[in-house]
Amino acid sequence: MTKKYTEDHEWISLDGDIATVGISNYAQEQLGDVVFVEVPEVGAEMGKGDELAVVESVKAASEVYAPVAGEVTEVNEDLEANPSMVNEDSEGSGWFAKLKVADLGELDALMDEAAYQDYVKGLG
Amino acid sequence: MSDPQQTLRTALYDLHLELGGKMVPFAGYDMPVQYPAGIMKEHLHTREAAGLFDVSHMGQVVIKGADPAKSIEKLLPGDIQGLETGQMRYSFLTNEAGGILDDLIVTRRKNDLFVVVNAACKEQDIEIFKSGLAGEATVEVLSDRSLVALQGPKAADVLARFNADVATMSFMTYQELEILGAHCFVTRSGYTGEDGYEISMPSDQADMICRKLLAENEVEAIGLGARDSLRLEAGLCLYGHDLTEKTTPVQGTLLWAIAKRRREEANFPGADVILKEIAEKPAMKRVGILPEGRAPAREHTEIADMDGNIIGEITSGGFGPTLQAPVAMGYVPFALSQPGTEIQLMVRGKARPAKVAKMPFVEQRYYRGE
Repeated sequence: MTKKYTEDHEWISLDGDIATVGISNYAQEQLGDVVFVEVPEVGAEMGKGDELAVVESVKAASEVYAPVAGEVTEVNEDLEANPSMVNEDSEGSGWFAKLKVADLGELDALMDEAAYQDYVKGLG
Repeated sequence: MSDPQQTLRTALYDLHLELGGKMVPFAGYDMPVQYPAGIMKEHLHTREAAGLFDVSHMGQVVIKGADPAKSIEKLLPGDIQGLETGQMRYSFLTNEAGGILDDLIVTRRKNDLFVVVNAACKEQDIEIFKSGLAGEATVEVLSDRSLVALQGPKAADVLARFNADVATMSFMTYQELEILGAHCFVTRSGYTGEDGYEISMPSDQADMICRKLLAENEVEAIGLGARDSLRLEAGLCLYGHDLTEKTTPVQGTLLWAIAKRRREEANFPGADVILKEIAEKPAMKRVGILPEGRAPAREHTEIADMDGNIIGEITSGGFGPTLQAPVAMGYVPFALSQPGTEIQLMVRGKARPAKVAKMPFVEQRYYRGE
C-alpha cells in the first residue's frame, strides 16, 4: 500500500484504485480537540483540491481537500459520534473518506512519508 | 497587522513561552491562544478547579477629579454614582446614535475610578475619557501594571493562601491587598461565569506572582481560546463581535445595565435613540442559540427562519466544552427572539436546525456572600 501526503497535511493511502483519506498527525496536533467532522456524501465526485471534509475544533473550522480526483465510495460514519478519533488515531481509525481514484498518476506528485516529515520540520 | 516588530508583549511573555504557549497576535499583543493541554482541557480545568489568565493587554485607567463618578456618567449610561466605594459595575461607552463604542468595568474607589477597558479599544476609550472629561477629571493609564484573572471554583481557596482577606469579598467588589509583597488591586470578578478574581499587579512583580500561583496544585495557565469558549458558555458578550458601534444596548440585551435613574435623566450619549428603542422594542435582538447536532456555527453564519429567509447572523459561535455541544449567540428579529423559537443556521450552504435559547448556557457561579 502506498501512503502519500499533501502540503495541506492530508494523507492518502492506496489499495487497488481505492484511496483512504485523512489528516496527518501533525495536522491534528495543530488543530487541537476535534469536535465535529463534516464528511462528504457517498457518490460525490471530487476534483483534485475540492473540499472533501471540514474539521471543526473548539476554536475554528478547517477544510480538508481531496488530494486527488475521484468518487467518494465510503465515509467514516463513526466520526459523527466520536470526532475525537481524529485526535487519537488520525492516520488510522480517524480516516474521513474513501475515493475511487480517477487517475492513479496524480499520486506521483504527492510526498512520501520521509519527504512529508522533512516538509513538516521545515515549517518550524 | 501581524508585523512581529509591532506586536507588544505583556510582562508574562517569557512565562507563556516557557509554559509552551502557542502565541498569536491579538489586539496588537502577542498572546497565548492555548498551552499544550489544549482549549478543551483548559476550559474544563477552569470550570473544575482554577485557571490563570493573562489579560494584561486590557487597558487599566484611573480617572481622578472632584466628582469622577458624576463626570463619567456623561459618557455612559451606567449608574456609577450609585456605587459605594469598593463596588464595581459593567457598563459601556455609547455614541450619539446609541451605538456601543466599548464595554468596560468601572470600580469606584475612595478618591477615584478604576476602569478596565478592552485591549482593542483602549486608545479610543482613553481619548473619549480625556476629551469628554476635560476640565473635570484627569485620565491616567496604568501602563506599569499587569492584569491577570484567576477563575474557577478553587480560585478563592487558592488566592486566600496568599491573602486571607479575599475569601469574604463578594462578587463585583474591590480591595487593595498585599499579595507576595506586591500592592495589588483585587476584584472579585471575571469573564468566565465562574467565581474568581482579577488581580492588577505591578508589572515588575507579575512574573513572580504568577509563577507562585501556578505552583499551587489547582491552578493551570489558560489561553485566550478557552477564555473565549468560557465566556460564550456564560452568555457574555465579546466587544467587536457581539457588540459593535452599530448595536445599541437595547439590541444587545443589556438593558439591565441601564439603571432607572439614568433612563429618567436621559443624559448619556445616544439617550434619545436608546429610550425610544426601549419604548418601541428593537428591530433586532441578541439571543442565545443552540444548534442541533454537533456542528458548530461560527461567527458570520447566516440565520434563517423556517421558510429559509435570512433574518440575522451569528456573532459568536463555537463548541462549548462544558455543554459538549455547539453554542452561539447572534441577532434575530425581535418577533423571533423568544427562547424555543425554531430557526435554521446556514452552515456551509446547508440549513441546519437550531433553537433560540436562554443564556447563560452554563450556570454562572459567582460568589455573593454567605
